[in-house]
Amino acid sequence: MINFLFKGLLRDRSRSLFPIIIITVIVAIIIFFNGFLKGLYNAMFLNTALVSSGHVKVVTSAYHKESQLLPNDLALLEVNTLIEDLESQHNTYFWTPRITFAGLLDVPDENGETLTQSPVFALGVDFLSDNSRQLEIWSLDKKIIKGKLPDTHNEILLSEKLSDRLNVKEGQKITFIGSTMEGAFTTYNYTVSGIFNLRMGPIDNQMMLVDIKGAQFALDMENAASEILGYENSLVFDDDQTVEMKEKFNINYSDSLDIYSPMMLALRDSNQMGAMIDFTDVIIYIILSIVLFVVTVVLWNLGIMNCLRRYGEIGMRLAIGETKSQVFKSMIFESLIIALIGSIIGTILGVSITSYFQYYGIDYSKGLDALTSSNIAMPNIFYPQVTNQLFYLGFIPGIFATVLGTMLASRVIYKREMAQLFKELEV
Amino acid sequence: MKNICFVILCFSFLFCLENKVSVDSILAKIDYNLNSKSRVLKSKMIVHGRRTSRTITSQNWIVGVDKAFTEYLSPAREAGTKMLKIDDKLFTYSPQTDRIIQISGHMLRQSVMGSDMSYNDIMEDKPLDQLYSATIEEEVLIDGRACVVLYLESLVDDLSYPKRRAWVDLEYFLPIKEELYAKSGKLLKSTSMDGIRKIQGRWFPTRFIFKDELKRNSKGTEWIIDEVEFNVAISKSQFIKSQLRK
Repeated sequence: MINFLFKGLLRDRSRSLFPIIIITVIVAIIIFFNGFLKGLYNAMFLNTALVSSGHVKVVTSAYHKESQLLPNDLALLEVNTLIEDLESQHNTYFWTPRITFAGLLDVPDENGETLTQSPVFALGVDFLSDNSRQLEIWSLDKKIIKGKLPDTHNEILLSEKLSDRLNVKEGQKITFIGSTMEGAFTTYNYTVSGIFNLRMGPIDNQMMLVDIKGAQFALDMENAASEILGYENSLVFDDDQTVEMKEKFNINYSDSLDIYSPMMLALRDSNQMGAMIDFTDVIIYIILSIVLFVVTVVLWNLGIMNCLRRYGEIGMRLAIGETKSQVFKSMIFESLIIALIGSIIGTILGVSITSYFQYYGIDYSKGLDALTSSNIAMPNIFYPQVTNQLFYLGFIPGIFATVLGTMLASRVIYKREMAQLFKELEV
Repeated sequence: MKNICFVILCFSFLFCLENKVSVDSILAKIDYNLNSKSRVLKSKMIVHGRRTSRTITSQNWIVGVDKAFTEYLSPAREAGTKMLKIDDKLFTYSPQTDRIIQISGHMLRQSVMGSDMSYNDIMEDKPLDQLYSATIEEEVLIDGRACVVLYLESLVDDLSYPKRRAWVDLEYFLPIKEELYAKSGKLLKSTSMDGIRKIQGRWFPTRFIFKDELKRNSKGTEWIIDEVEFNVAISKSQFIKSQLRK
């Protein structure tokens, strides 16, 4: 019976090739579209995660309460031990210390007297230690517009806007003026190694990037950090997972009586990010539902059309003695074979295309130039994301919609009257 | 009836005059006690942070109200840091950077060495009677000592504390407790002093306590005067910028 059906499909290309192509294309579109939305979702939150929140972060509860004031006197101590604990407990995440601080940058003239000054917002990031992935995730090599990456902890990167304001160039020495962790006045000399532009709108207006060791020396924060940020190893943001991690960590570590005890925050706990995540989830769910509905209708319609086209054949088969049930079953089985082949090829094609763009990205920089200059922090290149979901998200509607369409259309088999049939066939 | 009115008017005028004279004399006596032609002092500042306390020792050379030079002696990280005030300019030098930096603008509102004192607090040390007009609010007893509560309002613009309230001991003529307010009336800082001793003919406190009321959970800063000498001869070369690098 199966052989008979296969031969029928192979010999009549209009029954096999065209439907398989349609199913393949639609399944591939569903998969790529879902991967693209997932990538877009990640990209939207990756910038926030990168600059300030991580996918999760650990701070002291006292620091969290006053975080707007950058209170480094309430920073985490014994950071190396805490990072080792986090790495052993959550090995699907990588962990990095971060110091966020502010002050003044003072540019000297040839006599060492103040030439220009400007407020600065600085991030001490672990760029230089072994195994650090910070240079990779910041993609600084692509964002440096002059100079080079820092080689030592006394070298810094300045944002293009800040360097323009201070009128400094790479290689120039400048002095940071601020407060130590203890609140004492501090001055520290840095060398500008490069100028960067994050292309994230106003975020980098006053930004200085320095290796964490350089920040620790300047602020007297040996083995201390404002925060420890955690990122999922493949940088895929999973809201539910981060919330679960946060809850488990806080049960074990957080102590309401000790304001310096560490506490974990999920990305959604950052400023208004929770509402943003929920809103994005809903929007993506709605878009995906609409797309799924439309393509399901198309596949369903394909099944119906395929069946109706064979109205005469059905009549003939009934006339030569096949039962209605046999004809119905063979139609469904045929449709199942076509749907299965189309869905498998479509899934392979969709995942392959998504993987390709996950690696190379889709460059929207020209299209987003206007948005970027209007101070909206958006990435210029979108990277679709291959997830486990892609392996069934196109496959299921590919099979069910096609088979259901065929089932719906095949109901006519049971409505055919033999008397009418012979009349139609002019037997 | 006319005579009675005249007598009441005269008494009112005399009463106002006496009140005015006593407020002025209180301010003058406070200024006499706290300011001098010149002074040299060694002091330590104990900064009570939220986690730890730090002690910073320093030596100061002060002439009048316009010139001051401070050298920090300890701890190691702060040792060698120097500050020079000349008129309304404040310069700081740190040996780590070998830079002389002028502190200006909003930096003047920053804390000195993490304490509850700001650079502005150091800068604004002119005599009170030049900066404020005062009225007596009431007389009170503090720890059994007679004190008068003065309410001061600024006579000049751009003071860090346009309003202040001082509890002045009527024997020492020192503001043993003060509250410093913004123009809106918001309490910004509170200070107190104790360990009052008679030194070279003036009453002088040996311990000040500053508390920044805007810092939540601030435990305050103690400034303890270990040695003080008034009206000593200080070389003019002490107050030149090149002295910072020596």
